[in-house]
Amino acid sequence: MSLAKVLFVDDEVPFVEALTKRLTKRDLEIIPAYSGEEAIKKLAEQASTEVVILDVKMPGMDGIETLGEIKKKFPLVEVIMLTGHATVESAIEGMKLGAFDYLMKPCEIDQLVSKVREAAAKKRQHEEKIMQARLKEITMRRA
Amino acid sequence: MKSSDMPFDTLFQRLFPTHVIANPHYRSLARNMVLIIISVSMVPMIVVSSTLYLQFRHSYREKVNDHLSELVQKHKQNIDNFLQERLTDIRLMAARNGYHRLRDEVILKRNLELLQQEYGSVFVDLGVVDADGRQVAYAGPFKLAEANYADADWFKQALKHDQVISDVFLGLRGLPHFIVAAQSVENGSPWILRATIDFVFFNNLVDNIRIGSTGLAFILNREGRLQTTPGLRPSASGVPEAAVLQRLWGVMSAGTGDVRIALQEDSRGVENIYAGAFLKGGSWLLIYQQSAEDAFADLHWSFMITTLIMAVGAASIFLMAFALSRVIVIRSAKADEEKKLMNQKVVETGKLASIGELAAGVAHEINNPVAIMVEEAGWIGDLLEEKEFQDSKNLEEFKRALAQIQTQGRRCKDITFKLLSFARKTTATVQEIQINYVIEDLVALSAQRTKFSMVEVKTELGEGLPMVRVSISELQQVFLNLINNAVDAMGNKGGRLTLSTRSQNGFVVVDVADTGCGIPAANLSRIFDPFFTTKAVGKGAGLGLSICYGIINKLGGRIEAASTVDVGTTFSVYIPAAKSD
Repeated sequence: MSLAKVLFVDDEVPFVEALTKRLTKRDLEIIPAYSGEEAIKKLAEQASTEVVILDVKMPGMDGIETLGEIKKKFPLVEVIMLTGHATVESAIEGMKLGAFDYLMKPCEIDQLVSKVREAAAKKRQHEEKIMQARLKEITMRRA
Repeated sequence: MKSSDMPFDTLFQRLFPTHVIANPHYRSLARNMVLIIISVSMVPMIVVSSTLYLQFRHSYREKVNDHLSELVQKHKQNIDNFLQERLTDIRLMAARNGYHRLRDEVILKRNLELLQQEYGSVFVDLGVVDADGRQVAYAGPFKLAEANYADADWFKQALKHDQVISDVFLGLRGLPHFIVAAQSVENGSPWILRATIDFVFFNNLVDNIRIGSTGLAFILNREGRLQTTPGLRPSASGVPEAAVLQRLWGVMSAGTGDVRIALQEDSRGVENIYAGAFLKGGSWLLIYQQSAEDAFADLHWSFMITTLIMAVGAASIFLMAFALSRVIVIRSAKADEEKKLMNQKVVETGKLASIGELAAGVAHEINNPVAIMVEEAGWIGDLLEEKEFQDSKNLEEFKRALAQIQTQGRRCKDITFKLLSFARKTTATVQEIQINYVIEDLVALSAQRTKFSMVEVKTELGEGLPMVRVSISELQQVFLNLINNAVDAMGNKGGRLTLSTRSQNGFVVVDVADTGCGIPAANLSRIFDPFFTTKAVGKGAGLGLSICYGIINKLGGRIEAASTVDVGTTFSVYIPAAKSD
């Protein structure tokens, strides 16, 4: 049983591959995607995805755009932004759009793992609350 | 060309600042300007003045000539009348008395007395001469009875022409005189009554014609000999020499009209104006002489005044031409200098901007490969944790090498981040703040470091400074960089760091002054270039000032550096004041 199911989005193939290996080794289930469009497609296929690690700077649909799309279609999925350069501005923009957190590239692997864990935990918490709300609704209806 | 340039150049060198006139461009500008101003102003002045003067001279000379002509004409008539009247007197006397009565010296004497009663001392004596030239009767003061005039010029003339007025001659009596004689006929043989005219009287008649201080009148005969003795006054120009007199006769004969005017130079080089009129049927010439200088005295004056005005005008034109071109050339030199400085700044800014863009591009491209390398190294690290490698004897060495790769990767990242912050264009969180607070914070923030380096920090914060719209973190980055540089510049000897703030022309200016080693002039223009550093390899990337420049430039301000080696460096940061609205 993996710690979390993670969609990793970056246009740099070797980067994705290296991190996939490392994160897999740390008990995460990684689904790689190499563009914003591919990420949306894979998210639709793999409904159980909990966290998305998203590079900000990508050709075509960039990180911010992809983030908007994800939040629209899969509001419960948590997104961690990876910024190529430490612009506070893009990070702030990402947070405004509902990103869970942001990290600078290259990042410490342990830091990344812990952020993923937190994100996954938050997502599960969210889902729990929703579940309980539904249960309540059902019990209320019974009564 | 060379010879005409020389005095001009020396003049310019005296009048213009050396650094301006040393430039051939400004020298020729100044010269052209001076020449144009002078020629444009002088030519019309000279043309107008000389035209007026020549016109005036022409009409004035005409006036003087007219005046002289009139004068001479009048006197010529007077003298002609006088001579004619004396002749008539004699003729009348001869006709009325007849030869026989006049032979009687008593009657002759009586007649002389009558004439003298009538005309004063004009008639000196009377004489009756027979056809052979013997003087048969004489009345007068000289003992001239029985004198023989057969050979005398006047006698021959009188026989020939009935009457005669002789030239002036000394005659038997040895005194200058002239004779008026009339011929009559008695019993078929001619006889002549002659009278001597008082020379002094006649002389005064002529000599009284005078105007000006150098005027002089005299009479010439055909041979160019004087017939009167001009009374000389101290100021009068002398009687001309015989040569001049003879020439005058020729000149006047060549002329036309009643009165002829001529300008002649005498032997002393004095130019005289001569007005002449023929008398006595053309055998005498009345000449009026006046020095040209005297006659044209007014003309002379107006010439002097015109010349003076021209000289003063020319002098002021020269002065103005030089002063004006001096002002213009100095101004244009200053403007050119400013333009050059500005161009330099524009070029510098452009250079930094393009370097910034290049750096940003490179940083972006480098960042991803570095990230991949770091991750791959991390992956190897992960693999090393596997059991199979745990016994490898080089495990520690592998781990060290991987750690080194990670460290260097992070170093690369730092550099690319700094480069990107130098070039980035987006604005960080901006707020309106009072610059003094930022400076005070920074002094506190860097207190540890400055204390350690034995640097005394002094702040001179201006009061009532306008607010500035900036990102505090960026501004802190700028001043921390400058303070760190200053502390580094002072080395371990320590020194004084002065931070002062002031307001200037809509800018808030922060001066960061140190007493450090200073920056050589050759380096001063490159300090803002990325990667320019004088520190040892690894001690600094050479990006600090580039980032400062990028940040301040983005704010619409500028950074200026002034430095003297071994004295210190002052960085002045100009931040535009926030609009108060």
